[in-house]
Amino acid sequence: MLSAKSQRRESASLLIKGGHVIDPAARFNAPMDVLLRDGRVAEVALPNKVRGSADEKFDARGLIVAPGFIDLHVHLREPGQSYKETIASGTAAAAAGGFTSICTMPNTLPVVDTEEWVTWLRQPERGAVVNVFPIAAATRSSRGASLTDFAALQRAGAVAVTDDGKPILDDEVMRAALRLGAELNLPVVQHAEDTRLTEHCSMHEGPTSFRLGLRGMPAAAEANTVDRDVNLAQHIRESRLHVAHLSTSDALKAVRRGKRAKARVTCEVTPHHFTLLDQDVGEYNTNFKMNPPLRSATDREAILVALADGTVDAIATDHAPHATHEKQVEFERAAFGITGLETALALAITKLHREYKVPLPRIVELFSAGPARVFDLRGRGSLARGNFADLTIFDPKKRWTFEAARSRSLSHNTPFDGWQFTGRVVATVVGGKVVYRTD
Amino acid sequence: MTTPARGSLLGIEHLEHKEILGLLKLARRMNPLKARPLLRNKRIVLLFYEPSTRTRSSFEIAAKSLAAITTLVQSSGSSIEKGESLLDTGYTLRALGADVIVLRHPCAGAPHLMAKHLDIPVINAGDGMHEHPSQALLDAFTILKHKKSFKGLQVAIIGDIFHSRVARSACHLLTKFGVKITLCGPPEFVPEVAAVLAPGLRITRHIEEALRGADVSMLLRLQKERLAGQRIRLEDYIARYQMTAARLKLAKHDAIVMHPGPIIRGLELTAEVADGPQSVIVDEIHNGVPTRMAILARALGKAK
Repeated sequence: MLSAKSQRRESASLLIKGGHVIDPAARFNAPMDVLLRDGRVAEVALPNKVRGSADEKFDARGLIVAPGFIDLHVHLREPGQSYKETIASGTAAAAAGGFTSICTMPNTLPVVDTEEWVTWLRQPERGAVVNVFPIAAATRSSRGASLTDFAALQRAGAVAVTDDGKPILDDEVMRAALRLGAELNLPVVQHAEDTRLTEHCSMHEGPTSFRLGLRGMPAAAEANTVDRDVNLAQHIRESRLHVAHLSTSDALKAVRRGKRAKARVTCEVTPHHFTLLDQDVGEYNTNFKMNPPLRSATDREAILVALADGTVDAIATDHAPHATHEKQVEFERAAFGITGLETALALAITKLHREYKVPLPRIVELFSAGPARVFDLRGRGSLARGNFADLTIFDPKKRWTFEAARSRSLSHNTPFDGWQFTGRVVATVVGGKVVYRTD
Repeated sequence: MTTPARGSLLGIEHLEHKEILGLLKLARRMNPLKARPLLRNKRIVLLFYEPSTRTRSSFEIAAKSLAAITTLVQSSGSSIEKGESLLDTGYTLRALGADVIVLRHPCAGAPHLMAKHLDIPVINAGDGMHEHPSQALLDAFTILKHKKSFKGLQVAIIGDIFHSRVARSACHLLTKFGVKITLCGPPEFVPEVAAVLAPGLRITRHIEEALRGADVSMLLRLQKERLAGQRIRLEDYIARYQMTAARLKLAKHDAIVMHPGPIIRGLELTAEVADGPQSVIVDEIHNGVPTRMAILARALGKAK
């Protein structure tokens, strides 16, 4: 039997009042009030026109109210590496960054390649404060050899499969993955990197890597793989290929080609790739080391165009927490990856919106409707009536300074420590409950 | 700690013109045969993660010529083998009273990492493929012993520039003084991107073109230990890029031949060239000591 208290919570309702709703999927871009009830969107109406009553009100005057943000690419490090991040700490960071749903990568210890682990990730004991959608391994132990049981993983709750961090190089295995994915309507996510071209490499190949005496990853290592994958996907009916953290101009060309041919090819871009360049690595700053690496100005220009013109489907963080001792080492030996959940929106507004004039609705789309479509997250990515009551409320004009030391993440490996941003998350609502609010 | 301690020498790239001249001037006043106890009781640790003959012994002799106490720590036979991190080794040496750390390391940027976290000067004795500043300084010292000044000089650097920290440091140093440098080698060793390392660099694939009119030719060793993933046919390389007596004739009559060593006779140069009258290879080794005396004296603020 439910206690009175939990009964009250079950029926809780929240009215978000006075805000400006931007919901590209529902074509809202106007001052509107939003009523949430029983974990769902009950009403979206012009100011003061909501008919239902609410137990609680949220004053959103001067703020943007958007569908809850979805991050397609997050490393939570559980099971196995909870010293870097736990599901609880990672989702707390996600909430602080305005993300109401995150998709987790399977390269944990052990690799998430069974339904048991997928189920484990979703259990309430993990202490997640936002929705967690596991992405399972595409091959056993992500060794790239034999496929996992996609159907079982999907039944357990996996929204996609990938061997992230380890690309699927074998043509036959990749083709089989796309085929099986097509049967199940399950996207195959590829970390596109021909590792035969990137052995011992720690950054992008270019003038900076030459100057620093570091072996560089050629842009072709990414583009070749995306090219191959698009070629395969084009010839497998209904197959779904999602290109993770796309970083090069040539890879974009391959994605465009696939999209023109009506293949179900999607891609994501990270905030660091649209913000930083290879030369920003400075004197071996390991917080600028990630894979794919920061690229050339030409690559970033191409990415900025693709973010604006609709070629890119989603902004994803590739949040990759690492402990200090894994980063305070020789550059070539430092772990790849940076945290990103708490700086994504701020970078999008500061860089994309203010500097490159990408309209706010497009940015909201890249964080909500876009990613929801990529992994078919039903009932999310829009504030249509009946959808999940996941909302991101932000102030696009708020100026603030990000301090890594105050991050919710267990790790502080960010290149953006001390950066001044414009645009800040004010509140994050998951299932009708406020899970984060700025102090 | 975030900025390197005064007196650190991490690379040539960010060194100012006048600092380089200051070091060269100081090196000219250093005489290993007339010991000066400038660094008496100073502890200089030579921390070597890679094999080295020349650089290590030359730093050691330089330190001892200035009456410093030296300790050699090598990766084998130390806690480094047990998995101690670079920084922890640095902290340990600092706690033992090190006044200077001279670091040779296979990773580019290792000295920068150490300098960022320690409050004592760090001297880069070669970091991966990045820089080898003491070598560039001793080479500049050698050039100035044979040529009046850097003015108008033409230098050909021939061989595996991609893997060479010596080449990177030399390019930075010499171009700061307006020297015209031609880099020469196959694309695997001299990628097009090499030309943007410093102003006034030019690339050619023909050794004849590089040598024509050169005042200095600097040869580099083929670094087998860094050839990961590269396919180079030695025969072809020898045919196209080996320095022979005949090819040397294309350079100015008083051109000098340099090589940072170790040399592989019959590969990047013939024995005839190595031992010939224009070779200053032995002189370079000799000049390493006063140059490194100057570097150590500067590190400890005794640049007088």
